[in-house]
Amino acid sequence: MQSQIQSSSPTKSLLRTVLDAMLIPFLAILTAVVLGGIIIVLVRGNPFLAYAGLIQGSFGSARALSETSVWATPYIFAGLAVALAFKGGLFNIGAEGQLALGAVATALIGYALPEWLGIDIPAIIHLPLAIIVGMAAGAFWAGIVGFLKAYTGGHEVINTIMMNYIALNSISFLLNGPMKDRDPNNVIARTPLIAESARMPVIFDGLRIHWGFVLALLAAFLVWWMLSKSTLGFEIRTVGLNPDAAKYAGVNVKRIIILTMALSGMLAGLAGALEVTGLNYRHELGFSIGYGFDAIAIALLGKSHPLGVVLAAILFAAMRNGATRMQFLTQLPVDLISMLQALILLFVAADAIIRYIYRIRVQSERVVLTRGWGG
Amino acid sequence: MDWKRFGFIFLIIVVLFGVVVLVGQVKSPPIVIITSMLATTIAVATPLTLGALSGVFCERAGVVNIGIEGMMLSSAFFGWLAAIYMFHIFNFGVGISITVGALFAMVAGALMALLLAVLSITYKVDQIIGGTVINILAVGLTGFLNRQLFFGSGSVFGGNVPNSPGVLPTIHIPIREIFSPLCGDAASCLQVVTSINKVFDQKPIAISAILLVFIAHYVLFNTRWGLRTRAVGEHPKAADTVGINVIKMRYANVLIGGALAGLAGAYFTIESVPSFEPLLTNGRGFISLAAMIFGNWTPIGSWTAALVFGASQALNINIQIFRDVIPPQWAFLQQSYVVGLIPYILTMIILTGIIGRTTPPAADGVPYEK
Repeated sequence: MQSQIQSSSPTKSLLRTVLDAMLIPFLAILTAVVLGGIIIVLVRGNPFLAYAGLIQGSFGSARALSETSVWATPYIFAGLAVALAFKGGLFNIGAEGQLALGAVATALIGYALPEWLGIDIPAIIHLPLAIIVGMAAGAFWAGIVGFLKAYTGGHEVINTIMMNYIALNSISFLLNGPMKDRDPNNVIARTPLIAESARMPVIFDGLRIHWGFVLALLAAFLVWWMLSKSTLGFEIRTVGLNPDAAKYAGVNVKRIIILTMALSGMLAGLAGALEVTGLNYRHELGFSIGYGFDAIAIALLGKSHPLGVVLAAILFAAMRNGATRMQFLTQLPVDLISMLQALILLFVAADAIIRYIYRIRVQSERVVLTRGWGG
Repeated sequence: MDWKRFGFIFLIIVVLFGVVVLVGQVKSPPIVIITSMLATTIAVATPLTLGALSGVFCERAGVVNIGIEGMMLSSAFFGWLAAIYMFHIFNFGVGISITVGALFAMVAGALMALLLAVLSITYKVDQIIGGTVINILAVGLTGFLNRQLFFGSGSVFGGNVPNSPGVLPTIHIPIREIFSPLCGDAASCLQVVTSINKVFDQKPIAISAILLVFIAHYVLFNTRWGLRTRAVGEHPKAADTVGINVIKMRYANVLIGGALAGLAGAYFTIESVPSFEPLLTNGRGFISLAAMIFGNWTPIGSWTAALVFGASQALNINIQIFRDVIPPQWAFLQQSYVVGLIPYILTMIILTGIIGRTTPPAADGVPYEK
């Protein structure tokens, strides 16, 4: 086991290492696409037309590219959130709730703060403040789970899921009650629009791509730097690999567990904050559904490496975005995408199946992802 | 299960029932409210009980199963689908259709469990990841097939969702008929007997869930099979040394667990309501897991924990009847979103171990390598 944790021998070139790392995910995607094609044939669809539509709809035009980046933005953040937690040996299934809560908190600051203070707040203060509050909300929500894990041993998998339901129930309450858009014509559970001063400037007129995408790429770089170059990152990875060893090496394991969860939640909360300030200018009930599971799939497909997460997020974003075009061309339901993604995840998780199908002998990096109820 | 934990469970149930009795006493007598709460509690605890039993079998054999949610969801869908096919395409009667539906749900649950078993036992995938794969796959699969089969333009039913043949009937246990002659003409006595009868008027899956709790208890602790299952989950190497086939035992128990989760799924679409909607399980699979942990991986303990969650759900359902008489200082009870938080918060409190620590099987979550 110990030798498998060592990633690659130092004699290998960087390119070779990257290609080796990408081999299994690539083959997993390929296998899922082939299986997906068979399913499409079984339901009497045309797989070639479907996949052509998928590619056309996601990369075929400036507008398609812009929309793909819009989808990719929360995916990158949420994927990074799950990946970061994985590195620390924690499984954050609650990205969805943290994201939604971040969005609600940002929206609240965005529309209500000027009313409370009775003044117009300059954008240079209002916008960062709204985003920071969203991040803090996500960090707080996940931090609770980290605290429970560190001090009581309550397992983070169940607790993050419970926190999801608590977040979604509370948000339903808020958006149907105290925070509901007071426009007399409004029947939807959503917040009012945020003030102009809390909105991010648009990049291109007429396209929905927003600065959040740039920030997402930046965040991926920062997470990579933090994990591989900083002391904190080293401690997080050590706790993830072996908490007992970390403890003997003098790492404050409890502190790292709480910090890892909080950072993870902060990334998810940031995803929500940027959706509000950069794209929708409000939070609407139900828009965040499904991000949590997608984020897990993205983190696994990207092998918890920030660069891998970015690529996987763009792939998932392209599939979601292209699905509409696919549906238009072939009348296949958009939900086909969910199944394709589940298949990809299946093959990535069970890479032994892929190794068996394609007769691959090389051992790739084997990472400890989660621990049982006792840990 | 120790007395501290039973005491906690009892206390919570008394509080939850007490709230409804206090609010509703201006409208109905306490006995009617209590029996109605009990009846609802037992009914809504059914999927949680079965889900927890599913977890008990898997984890006693050493396989962590967080895919119960996904198994429930897919079996709810496939059971419902089978019932509709039997009824509309093959023109069977209502009774046969829904029975086949329920059986099919169990098969679907077992098939999802087979996938978990292949992933986690044969390919030694991290078991929590394996369970998550099941959960995500179930969402994708049921969402896609639901849309494709029923709402697509080229679908079998041409875009119209056909009526489901119905739900399983209530089994009437004639307590009222037997005991009412003893009451004579006393109206209050008749009311008590009628109310109590309501508690026992349950549907087949709810009744079988309770029977299965005791069967599971007997099997796990009083049979050779149970001993072997527990050995495989506690110390697989020792079990292997004395000639128990670890892999086979694990596969078998995970499949049993899958079938139980399948029966839980059948509860939603075959017993409770005759329809399917995406994501209808709504976290019940995960709450089952919490019930299993709180029940310390025992069938009876898990069942009592499931009853607590059932009671908090029953509170939310029954309090709606008394919406108009809720005193203003208790106005939060009108918010079903707020009352709906109780099971989730309870789960987290239970997991902290304040109410007594629990011990998982020693080899739970560890793939067996010879």
